[in-house]
Amino acid sequence: MPKGKVAGLTGNEAMAEAMRQIAPDVVAAYPITPSTQVVENFSQFVADGKVPTNFVTTESEHSAMSACIGAAAAGGRVMTATSSAGLALMWEMLYVASGLRLPIVMATVNRALSAPLNIHGDHSDSMGARDSGWIQLYGENAQEAYDNALMAFGIAEDPAVRLPVMCCYDGFTISHAIERVELLADDAAKKFVGAYKPLLPMLDIKHPVTYGAVDLQDYYTEHKRQQVEGMAGARGAILREAERYAKLTGRSYGHFATHRLEDAEVGVLSLSSSAGTMREVIDELREQGIRAGGLKLRVFRPFPAAELAAALGHLKVLAVLDRADSFGAFGGPVFHEVRSALYDAPQRPRVVNYIYGLGGRDLSLEEGRQLLRRVKTIADTGKVDSQYDYLQVRA
Amino acid sequence: MTTATTTPLSLKELSKKPEQLAGGHRLCAGCMHSVIVRQVLMAAEQPVLASCATGCLEVATSIHPYSAWRIPWIHSAFENAAATASGMEAMFVSLKKQGKLPADADYRFIAFGGDGGTYDIGLQSLSGALERGHRMLYVCCDNGAYMNTGIQRSSATPLGASTTTSPAGKVLPGKLQWRKDLARIVAAHNIPYVAQASPHNWLDLMKKVRKALAADGPSFINVLSTCHRGWRSKPSQAVAILRPAVDSCYWPLFEIEDGKLTITYKPKAKVPVTEWLKLQGRFAHLFKPAPNEAMLTAFQERVDFEWERLLRQESCGL
Repeated sequence: MPKGKVAGLTGNEAMAEAMRQIAPDVVAAYPITPSTQVVENFSQFVADGKVPTNFVTTESEHSAMSACIGAAAAGGRVMTATSSAGLALMWEMLYVASGLRLPIVMATVNRALSAPLNIHGDHSDSMGARDSGWIQLYGENAQEAYDNALMAFGIAEDPAVRLPVMCCYDGFTISHAIERVELLADDAAKKFVGAYKPLLPMLDIKHPVTYGAVDLQDYYTEHKRQQVEGMAGARGAILREAERYAKLTGRSYGHFATHRLEDAEVGVLSLSSSAGTMREVIDELREQGIRAGGLKLRVFRPFPAAELAAALGHLKVLAVLDRADSFGAFGGPVFHEVRSALYDAPQRPRVVNYIYGLGGRDLSLEEGRQLLRRVKTIADTGKVDSQYDYLQVRA
Repeated sequence: MTTATTTPLSLKELSKKPEQLAGGHRLCAGCMHSVIVRQVLMAAEQPVLASCATGCLEVATSIHPYSAWRIPWIHSAFENAAATASGMEAMFVSLKKQGKLPADADYRFIAFGGDGGTYDIGLQSLSGALERGHRMLYVCCDNGAYMNTGIQRSSATPLGASTTTSPAGKVLPGKLQWRKDLARIVAAHNIPYVAQASPHNWLDLMKKVRKALAADGPSFINVLSTCHRGWRSKPSQAVAILRPAVDSCYWPLFEIEDGKLTITYKPKAKVPVTEWLKLQGRFAHLFKPAPNEAMLTAFQERVDFEWERLLRQESCGL
């Protein structure tokens, strides 16, 4: 294993380090809290000549993604970073990026959406973009944010995939907290990401290509279907890149990670930073004789439905934590997908949904304990008080 | 900032150049967009990559699996032709600097937008791209309304024009506002080259394209384009109808090179603007008895005011 270095970095600094090592040909971005530091740090790398990247400082996130699309179609590696309202402003262009099959990689630093205005972490931004055709990876901490970024291009550029990738991590909790991060040596990172082989680049002037044609009733369905095939291809590519990465770093990733789940009676499924909190709580409750287990979902798109059903089917009760709501629906976005995945399982748990952590509210250990005890009560009594509920709401 | 063009424009030279926009596209007969695009692309001395805003030009030239474009071309959305082109240009600069493209690669980038995608929804992305200084030409094909979606008013729509969202009625005489002066707004970005042109004066337009593409930075050309559907004019008049627009000084032909304005065509005899308006059904209500006919006076006064201001600006060397 090539020797890397260990550093104390915020999630954003770790992401910026990954971007420095990847050295994309173009980065087009607009700063927005809490992702700002990513492009600030990257700007300094550009200013210091540490990357050959052409950094395009656009006047909005809409133009940032538009410039990313133009640059990627021209034929090179492209990255950006955003959060919250910035992702919402990109929304139209997210569909264009995936529809044109451009392998753009974006750091999505999760933050709440207005109104009321809130700059802190929750998942309403990326969950709002869940159907935009982007692959979504969620990192639990700064290390995973960094690791996901390095693996992202291998996934995005796979000929069987050709789809853009979001590397999501929680605003402030991860983006601004300093953690121990193990970085690859620059040359090892560069070698892992590899050289880019452009597919149908516009800059190949001798072979003119048309990007973004009008697609009427006679072809549109087929092209959308091809995006589905790309997502299907991503399942394998995500695991292959994880395997390659594990060989290099010893850190292994899958569609999800489990914690004491195999013999668990009650389980909790969550994304991103709350997964660590829940592991602590699970360990505590295990000491008290409660058979609790956890599952941390890393890949939300493509959704690993069959794998989740296999991993969760034996539980009596599963609590799904959603850090965003889908107003008017019966539960949050993760809940819907997980419960749907379990519906056809030969054996399935009762599934309950708790909305938590909105607008950056921390999920404390005590709240985690209460949550799992509530789930245990459901398992013991067979009675569900509320299948879809908010945690942490003050009276 | 602007460098002189090396090749003079002549019909002889142009007759030998390949067409970059193929025939068989679905633009209306009598639409000037394709004429403008052909003139622009033919004037270019370097290979061109283009981005295109959503609109008539885009939908009529790129219906999958066909494309009328013989150059690398992209459409990504309505309001972002400038931002998309700036991304392409940024990649070109990056790959060239890194040696991933040949050192002698000399390509140009052109963004095409209609007045909707330029004056209105795309103004922000245009402004951003101009401020960032990308070496690209933005061509606005201005037919004065949102023609692609059914002739709704835009901020480029002339005073008094009847459109589907500014219809002439019993109490309203069509559009109540004068059009936005986009060339001045663009010029305020202090870019090397800004011009206004009309395809009926093809030599003037193509010379301007050459100058614009030679500029070492962003350039912008606003081109008046006939839309017989929206203008309610005769398709056969597509070119001829542009002449009175320019000869009345409603659409002056000028350029602003490194901040200095030059009027590139001064009509020998300035014709009343009604000469242009009367050819279009969208102004027909203004030629009927009061109250609407007062708009004609207001229209003429505004044209005169703008033209006098342009002359003063030129004579002051500004």
